[in-house]
This record gives sequence, structure tokens and C-alpha cells, in this order.
Amino acid sequence: MSEKLEDVTQNGGNFMTLQFASRSENEAFARVAVAAFVTQLDPTMDELTDLKTVVSEAVTNCIIHGYDNDPNGIVKISAQIIDETISITIEDNGHGIEDLELAKQPLYTSKPELERSGMGFTIMENFMDEFEVISELGSGTRIRMKKRIESKKALYN
Amino acid sequence: MNLQLELEQRRQVLIVRLRGELDHHTAETVRTRMDEAIQRGRVEHLVLSLEDLTFMDSSGLGVILGRYKVIKNLGGKMVVCHVNPSVHRLFELSGLFKILAIYENERSALTELEVVS
Repeated sequence: MSEKLEDVTQNGGNFMTLQFASRSENEAFARVAVAAFVTQLDPTMDELTDLKTVVSEAVTNCIIHGYDNDPNGIVKISAQIIDETISITIEDNGHGIEDLELAKQPLYTSKPELERSGMGFTIMENFMDEFEVISELGSGTRIRMKKRIESKKALYN
Repeated sequence: MNLQLELEQRRQVLIVRLRGELDHHTAETVRTRMDEAIQRGRVEHLVLSLEDLTFMDSSGLGVILGRYKVIKNLGGKMVVCHVNPSVHRLFELSGLFKILAIYENERSALTELEVVS
């Protein structure tokens, strides 16, 4: 699963891409990197927390479910800013999701033995304006999300 | 590791203070250290203090729910204090706030537990 760079750039917005090893210590790196990229939209603390949380959820899913904790996988993130909207794509080339509808159910987890809460997709759906999962068994999972940042500047206009 | 745990035993109550970021990466340490402290004995109730927790995601919910079950199986009570708005929102989304009592600070949590025990 990979998105062509032209798809990201053709709309004339600002963008960034990242690739890193599927290791849990990179979860903090990933959410901080996306948060740093989005600061140019002057988000509120709440908006930043929302974005850091959804990035953390998606990257954790890639590591635990996509790659079954194998550190040799690659997680890819691309983010794009057009006007006041941030679009984030997070993907892996791992196992893929067998039953997407079931996976999206709040509190459902395929790995209860790991004390997973089963809230990842529910959080992403709730914290973002748009949320979409594309998954193919044996080839990977891609999450696309969008959020409009209600810039603090608007308050002073 | 960008998460620190501070454990304090006060009579039969274990106070756990989390400082930093609780995610999938740091969750394992939190789970292990809390379970060790609980197994060491004399722990009846647990107060989880989140005043200095700067980030938490659904992996944190999993750990908290897991410790709630451990304490409940031992016949004790687990309460949480200093819950910031973003953590509170996660508690609401997951329904965790229905089973966990939330207090403003450690003192009010301890007062409540001493009444219970």
C-alpha cells in the first residue's frame, strides 16, 4: 500500500512524509512530529492533543496489529495542509484487517490478552472530522483522516 | 523512557503517581510495576493520581482497566484523581468513568477509601 507523492502535492498544499521502523519507541516520535508540522495552523492545545492521540492510535495499530510487534516493519505517515485542514495518512504493509466492521466496534479487540482497550478506531472517528480505513488482507492497512483546525487567530478578527 | 512511576503505600492503600506520557510503549512498564507492588501485599485499594500525566491514549485505558480488574478481584477499590479534560474525554468515550470513581485530588480519594475500608 503506498500513495503516490503526486496525489499529495498536486493540490498545492504544504506536505510532509515520514517513514520509520515499527518499534513502539517511535510512537512518541510520530505524534510529536505531526504535532510540530501542524503548528503552522496555530491549533489550540485541545486540537493538538486530539491530533497527537489519533496519530498514536494509528501508529500503535500498525505496530501491534499490522506487524504483530515485528520491529522490521515500516510505518509511513504523510500529512498535508490545505487551507485550515490537515489530512493525515498512516499506513503499514502488514497483515491487514480481517473484519473491518468488527474491528471498528467500540471495545472490540482482537488481542484481549494484551489488555488492549479496543477504543482505537472509536477515538480516531470521534476526534477527527473525516476518518476512513482501507485494508487488504496480506497487503496492509491505510488510515486517512482529516481535521479542520479552528485557528485561534479567528478569535481576534 | 518518558514515563515515571511513583509508588507510595499508605496503610492498605497504594498510591500510584504517573508522570509523563502513557502510550503503548510505556504501558508495559506501568502494568508490570503496578502488578508487582500489588502482589507484594497489603494493598487493598489503589489511588491512581494523574496530575503530571501529559499524554495518554487508548493503551492507557487498557492498562487502567486491567489494574481495575486486578484490584476488584482482590476485593478492593480503585479510584482515580487529578483527571485532566482530555483524559476525562477518553474515560467518557470508553465508559470507564462509569466504573471508576473520580476524585479531585489524592486527599479526597484517600478520605473516601478510608471510609470504605
